This record gives sequence, C-alpha cells and structure tokens, in this order.
Amino acid sequence: MTEVEETLKQLQSQKGMQVPLVVNTEGIPTTTQDTTTTDNPTTTQDASLMYSFILKVRSTIHDTDPQNDLIFLQIRSKKNEIMVAPDKDYFLIVIQNPTEQAALSAPGVVP
Amino acid sequence: MAPKSQQGKSLGGRKKPKTVRNKETLSVSEAEPMNMENMGHPEIYPLLLTTKTQEIFNCRVNEDFTDEQPYKLIKKEDFFADFHKRAAVSDFYPFKKIIQEYPEDELLLVYDKDFKYGFNFYLIGTEEGKENYLNPPAVSEEQEEQKELKEHAAEDILIYKPPVSKPWVSLGSEKEIAEESVKEPTKQITYMISRKRSAFGAPIQFSDQNASSVKDAYIECTAYPDKNFTIKQLEKDVGMQAVPQVKGTSTQTRWTYPKNAAVQYYPREFLEKEKETLGQSKPFTDFLNNASVSVEIALQQNEIMNTFIDDWKCLAEEEGTFGDKTDTHLKEFQSFTDLHSLMETMITCVSWHPDIYGLIAVSVAVRLSLEDRVYFSSKLLLQPSLILFWSFSDPIHPQLMLESPDDIFCFKFCPTNPNIIAGGCINGQIVIWDITAHVDRIENIKTGGNRSKKPILKPMFLLEPDSNKEAMYIRHCAVSSIENGHKKVITDIHWLPDTFEINRIGSVFENRSELCCQLVTCSADCTICFWDIRPQKTLTPQPAEKKKEETIEIPFDVPTTFLHLDLTWKPLYKIKLSKGETTLDHCPTKISLCEDHLYKAQDKLLAQNKVIKPEENPYQNLESGLANVLKPIDDFCTKFFVGTEEGEVIYTDWKLERDPETGRLMTKKPVNLCTVHDGAVHTVQRSPFYKDIILTIGGWNMAIWKEGVTTGPLLQSSCAPKRYTSGHWSLTRPSVFYIGREDGYIDIWDLLEKTHEPAQSQNICITMITSIKPWAFSTKQQFIAVADYYGTLHILEIPWTLRRPSANEASSVSHYFEREVKHLEYVEQRKKIREQHKKEMDLETEKIKLKTYQKSKEQLEAELQMDYESYLELEKTILLNLGLIKMTDRMSLIDVE
Repeated sequence: MTEVEETLKQLQSQKGMQVPLVVNTEGIPTTTQDTTTTDNPTTTQDASLMYSFILKVRSTIHDTDPQNDLIFLQIRSKKNEIMVAPDKDYFLIVIQNPTEQAALSAPGVVP
Repeated sequence: MAPKSQQGKSLGGRKKPKTVRNKETLSVSEAEPMNMENMGHPEIYPLLLTTKTQEIFNCRVNEDFTDEQPYKLIKKEDFFADFHKRAAVSDFYPFKKIIQEYPEDELLLVYDKDFKYGFNFYLIGTEEGKENYLNPPAVSEEQEEQKELKEHAAEDILIYKPPVSKPWVSLGSEKEIAEESVKEPTKQITYMISRKRSAFGAPIQFSDQNASSVKDAYIECTAYPDKNFTIKQLEKDVGMQAVPQVKGTSTQTRWTYPKNAAVQYYPREFLEKEKETLGQSKPFTDFLNNASVSVEIALQQNEIMNTFIDDWKCLAEEEGTFGDKTDTHLKEFQSFTDLHSLMETMITCVSWHPDIYGLIAVSVAVRLSLEDRVYFSSKLLLQPSLILFWSFSDPIHPQLMLESPDDIFCFKFCPTNPNIIAGGCINGQIVIWDITAHVDRIENIKTGGNRSKKPILKPMFLLEPDSNKEAMYIRHCAVSSIENGHKKVITDIHWLPDTFEINRIGSVFENRSELCCQLVTCSADCTICFWDIRPQKTLTPQPAEKKKEETIEIPFDVPTTFLHLDLTWKPLYKIKLSKGETTLDHCPTKISLCEDHLYKAQDKLLAQNKVIKPEENPYQNLESGLANVLKPIDDFCTKFFVGTEEGEVIYTDWKLERDPETGRLMTKKPVNLCTVHDGAVHTVQRSPFYKDIILTIGGWNMAIWKEGVTTGPLLQSSCAPKRYTSGHWSLTRPSVFYIGREDGYIDIWDLLEKTHEPAQSQNICITMITSIKPWAFSTKQQFIAVADYYGTLHILEIPWTLRRPSANEASSVSHYFEREVKHLEYVEQRKKIREQHKKEMDLETEKIKLKTYQKSKEQLEAELQMDYESYLELEKTILLNLGLIKMTDRMSLIDVE
C-alpha cells in the first residue's frame, strides 16, 4: 500500500496534476486518495466515462491491426489534459492542467 | 325494170324517200358504190354528174334529157375513155367495176329529175335492170305521175297472174303469232278418282288424333330464325349513375399506454476493505510501477512544451484594422467650448454618459481664486453654475444644462440609472439631478442631427423650432443639508456599487434592491461621508417642524424623486481622517473604493418581499434600507485608498471600531500611510483589469500600488519636468495610462515599454489639463476626453496602437507587477539584511577601534616597521612595472607576481 501511495504521490508532485485514478477491468475505480478533496461521484463518473472510452480505443486499434495494441492515450481538451496508461488488468488515469496560461479578458468599460 | 320492181315491192317503195335522204354521202373511197339495194333495187346506182361530165357524155340536163326520155344509153367505151382521161376525177369512176362487169356494151343512165335516189342521175348496173327500165319506162312514167292511184289501178289493170309461191321469208311475224297463241306448257296429267257412291253425302265423323303420333299427320312449318328478319340493335339508350363505393370497416386495436418507469442504480464501487486488499496485491503494484513511468514522461513533456500551440497564429497580431497601425498619436476629434458663459470658466470634472453614444457631461466652474470669488460673489450668484451635456452632433449648443446652486467640482452618473446624477459643490453640498423627463431629448440626439442634414425647403417662419436646439435648464432635484454635510469643497464623489450597502456604523450589508443608492464623498474638511438617497425611516417630529419653516416652492418641472432629501439630507455616516492627536487632519482629495462585488446569499423569504415594478423608475419607490433586517457581512473588505492634499496615500478602513477606552465608536487608524507625492494627489484609481492595482498621481510623479503590499508602491516614477494634473488608466490596455500635465501635454505611459518615463508625449492644448477620461464605444472607436483649464473640452480619438492590447499583455503586466512585488519584498529583506550587516559592521569597527586603543608602544614600532617593509616592497613592484629595475632571478619574479 505504501509503495502504491508513494508512486501516486510522486505522480501528483508534477506540476498541474490532479488526482490520479486507477480503474480496473470492469470500470470500477480502485483507488481514491485519502488526502484528496474529490468526492466520490465525480471519480466514479470520470472512471466510468473514461473506461468505456478506453475500451473503445483499444478495440479500434485491435480491429485495424490485430497485432497493434494501445500503449498510451492522451486527450487534450481546452481546459486540461487526460492521460491514460492501460495495462491488462488496470488503467491509470491522470488529469493535468496544461502549462499555457489562459489570457485575462479585459473588462469592457469603467464608468 | 325498175318501176316494176317498184311495184313488186310497193311496201318497200314507200319507204324510199325517207331512207334516201338518210344516205346522202357517197364517199369516194368506198369500194362499192352505193346502190339502192336496201330499197330493193340493187342495180340502181345513183350518181352525180357534173356539168363537165354531162357535156362529155351529152347528157346535159335539159338538153339531152327530156321528160319522155330521161335516159340515155352510153357505151362502155365512152366510160373507159373517160376513165383514161380523167381517171379518178371521173364521175363514173366509182362504178368502174360495175361497168367493166356489164355484159353488154351500153349502160343505161337515167336522169333522175326528182332525185328519187338522191342524185340527179342514176345508172343501172345490170342488164336486167336496163331491160326493166326500158321496157316499162312508159309504164313507170305513168305510175310516177299517179302514184297513189296506181295501186288501185293496178288491181284493174293487172293481169292476173297466179301468185308464184315463194319461200316464205320470215319477217318476224311468226313471233307475234306465237306470243299470242295459247299453248299448254306441259302435258296434262289426268287422274281418275273413284269412290263409293254410298260414301257420298254420308255424315262425317271426326275423331281425335294425336298429330305427332302418326307419321306425316301434320306438316310442320317450324319457325326458324330467319336472318333476313333479325335486326341487330346497334344503339341502346341507357341511363347510368356513378356511385362511390363506400365500405365501412372498423378494427379494434390494443391500446398500449405509456407508463413511466424509472430505474435507480448506483455505481459499483469497491468497499474499503476490498480496496485495501487490492492495493496490496502484487499485480497492482507492478502495474502502477509500469504505468507511472510512462505517465510521468508524458506529464513532463507537457510541462516542457505545449505541443498544441499554433506558433503561426500566435506570431501574428490580431486582426488588421483600417487605418495606419503605426500611427500612435491621439487624433483630435472634436472640441467643445461653452460660449455662453459670462465669466471665464474652467472644467472641473468630465464624465461620459454610460449609455448614450457621443454624450459627455462637463462640470464648469468659474476660474477664480477664493479672494476673487468673494469679491465677485454677487455676480456669481446671478450666473448659474452648470453641468453641460455635450453631444458629438452639436458642437455649439449643449444638449442639456443642469443647474446647481454653486460650482460643481465633481459629479458622477449613477451606474444603475444614468438619469440620476450626483454632484459635489464647492460649498460642501451634494446636489442630485433627475433627468428622466428629458431623456428622450438626449437620446434622440443622433436622429436630430441627421434630420437637420436633410434639406428642408420650407420658409423660415414655418420651420418649427427644434426642441433639441434649445438648451434646457434643469434644476436640481435635491441638495444636501448645509449644516450636516461637508463644510468645504467636496473633492470626490462616488456611488457605492449596487451589491452592498452600509449602515450607520459602517457595517456592510447586502443590497437587495439592486440599485445604487449610496454615495461616498470626501471633502477638504477632512471628512469622508457616506450618504444614502433613500428616505430615512425614523422621522422625528423635529425635522417635520423644520420642514414647515423651510418650505420652499419647488418649481413644477422638477421631479419629486428625491424630494424627501431636499435640504434635509444628512450623511449616513462620517469618517474623520485625523492624524492622531494633531489638529491637522488629512485632507482627502480622492478616494478609491474596493470594487469587490458582494455576491448575494440565497434567501428566499426576503426575496419574495421584494416587489419592483419594471415600468416605474425604481428610484421613485425607494424603500429604506433593509440594513436593519439583514445581518452584517463580516468578511467584506471595507478598506479603501485615500489620496490627500499633502501627497500621502492612505489605506484605511471605513468601519468604525469601538474605542476600548471610551467605548465610543471611532474611526480606525489607517492601515497604511505613505507619502509619495510632492503635491496633492489628484488621481487615485484602480486599474480596470486588476482589482488590486492602484494608480496614484500627484505633484510631479506617479505611483502604482498594490493593495495588500504595505511596504510601498510597486512603481514610483521620477520627477517629471512638469507637474502632473490629471490621469487615467487606459480602458483596454492593461499597461497603458494617460497623465495630463500642467502645460497641456498628455503623457502616455506604457509599462511594458518603459517604466522610467512616458512612452509618448503629445500636446493637446495650451493650458493645464484638468481632467482626462477615456471611453470605449466599441472595439473600433475609443475616445479620450481631455478637459483643460480654459474651459475647453477636447475629444480625441485613440489610435489603434493605444487601444488594442498586444498579445498576452495582461499576463505580462501581471507578471510585471508580481515581479515588482517580489522586488519590494526582496528590497525589504535586503533592508533587513543590510541593517544586520550594518550592525555587524558597526560592531566590528567598534571592536577595531577598541583594539587600536589597547595597542602599546612596542606594537606601534613593530607596526611601523611592518609598514615600512610593505612600503619598500611596493616601491619595488612599481619600479619593476615601470621597467626601471631589471629582473635578476626567478624568485624575484615570482615574488613580484
């Protein structure tokens, strides 16, 4: 357990990182950090959504080339980046806020 | 002979004349000459003899032929001679054959006087005929004279000759006989029938009999369809009616009605225990180790570089606009001057109308010092002090003029209702106007201008005076109470934001009415007052009496919105900026409030109580504040910045605190006080982009502060060549602000470009600039209003470079400020370090000093010796360096080195 915790903490020390999430083959999240503030519904929702997506991606890659396999998955969105490292038993899902800064929008007019 | 033959065939002879006439022609080509065969005289050949022929043959008509002897015998040889002579022309030619065949020598030619046979002569072709003619010619002559009688006479004369039977010649008579005779066609058959005599006359007995049983008992005449009598009906007249075929059917279906069904599920989750066991399992840890490696790499990659940046896009600046991008000057757009005022005026405050394009309000004050004011006070009373509303469309006439009892030094539009304007007077009163009634005038300014452009071909006296052209004097709506308000000129006035409100002790409450209803003013009498425009709940009888005394007739056209405030308006709350025990207080010139918006807490009950009719002006029905009902909000920032006349920037709190000693409510001491400026601070303004960056301008320099940083300004400029008299942040560029100078120049500062001096400087007018106010109408058009000391308002257009923020400008500027903050911190730290260092240094010098005092004489000598030796060495090195002494050995070199 401690080793697991260590690894997870190491991951979390990266800049812009949010909580890492490990999901098993059925889509059930297996870890929630004790120190995190994320509440369960969000994690389970994230886990289930990502799970189906990961399976889809994996099957796609397999279908196109049976000898190919999914090694890593990165989804870049406007606000953050989701990274998935799959394995045969589990998936490791990580959300990171990218480094570019959002520009300050100037307010209209000062009366 | 001929006549006999005539007799013999008397029947035929009667037919003569007719048939002779029918046969006239005698064609030459006839093989046989025509003869009278059909008459029964085959030997007679009628012919025509010409006179020539008659001469030749001597048978001239009346000479040779007589009635008694109308004939002549001509010899054959004559005929042949004629034939030789005249060949075909001869009349007798057709009878050549007959003549040749004539057995005898002489032929008989008879003159036919009566043309019996058609011609005047005829020739008898046979001997027998000739004989007949010759012999009975005497008889024939007689017969010709008595034709009719001859028949009868013939019976008498005739010598009976027994008729010679001749073969019967059928002439068709037997047919007639046969026809009329009756003959039996067939042979008749005779039957003989016999019967018994007794049977005759017996009574008859009939018996029945079936006709069909006996053979041949009846003869049937069966009917048969005879085709001749069948008539096919080819046409039939039939009537028809078309009827739609309608069929009625019905079915019965099974009705499936929808039912609402819901399923509730919860996600599968591992129990805690399971999670723990799982976490400890080996495959889990292995997996995590493997996966985390790649994840870490990816994370780090992201940190290093953002691969999704489109460099090309970021390189380019924003969309191109028309106009010169290199143009950095402010362009003069328009300028307004009040031409009607009698005395020389200056503009004290400028404010753009928040909603209407092109409308700017200017407060005008007389340009006199206090002495002059007192001197001219009578004159000043006559001339009203005004706030003028200028519009772009009309540079000569102001659109509206707001009257006030005295010169206005500052005014502001109410943020929630631009029809309410609050201004601070030179005598310490606050004046409020309500221009709701005249809104349509100023709103239609644009159309009014357009209307005047169209050529109107009406004579002048028919033209109705445009009401827009006339400037209306609008009287103020309410003024504050003279005794209770400020005593000296009001230097700054602000509307409190509509999200919160304050009560008597300065506690902040939520403002439910969503209206700006509170003002804060600061004046030269060292006080800051908070005012409320709503009616006060407690009405003591004293004010009522006072009201009666002081009832002043209010003109009709003044709206009664703030009637409750008129002349009785007291400030809600006053703060005195005192400097402690000294009598000199801070004289605030400008204040800048924290612009935090208070976010409302959800409170349903109170929300229902709020009833606001949207049509009415909400300011008509202002209820008194709900401050009593609600709880004060504690964590709201009640601090604000104050700039003073002496050039200090004070950061203080408006909340009253209880003095522990006296128990009274007292103003708090300022949190921070810095003397930065050399003169009066005339601009204390928060940046439109950062809530905690404040620009203060005063005297000959400017400073930028960050709220919360108490050590000092982030940036303080050096002394400018001319005094700064006004300033304002740029509205669209976070790093730009404008400063107006004493000599009519505007300095444009760009923090990203230069921080030690202005980036640009531009001359606007000849005199001191009293106020600068930029305004952004759109992204394409931004104006800056510059008011000067001589009363002219200049409107300038801000060029593209100054209004368009560069890419990442905001972030750069915020970085800059952060750096400055850090720099300040560093400076502070360094200060401390320096101090410490200094202390140490002092200690050391002290020590050294002590040390020197304790030294004995011997030590002094030793020291002197040491000094001398060191001096010698020094001399040596210098001489070596000069090249005057040569180096002898290496040791000395090394020593030198």
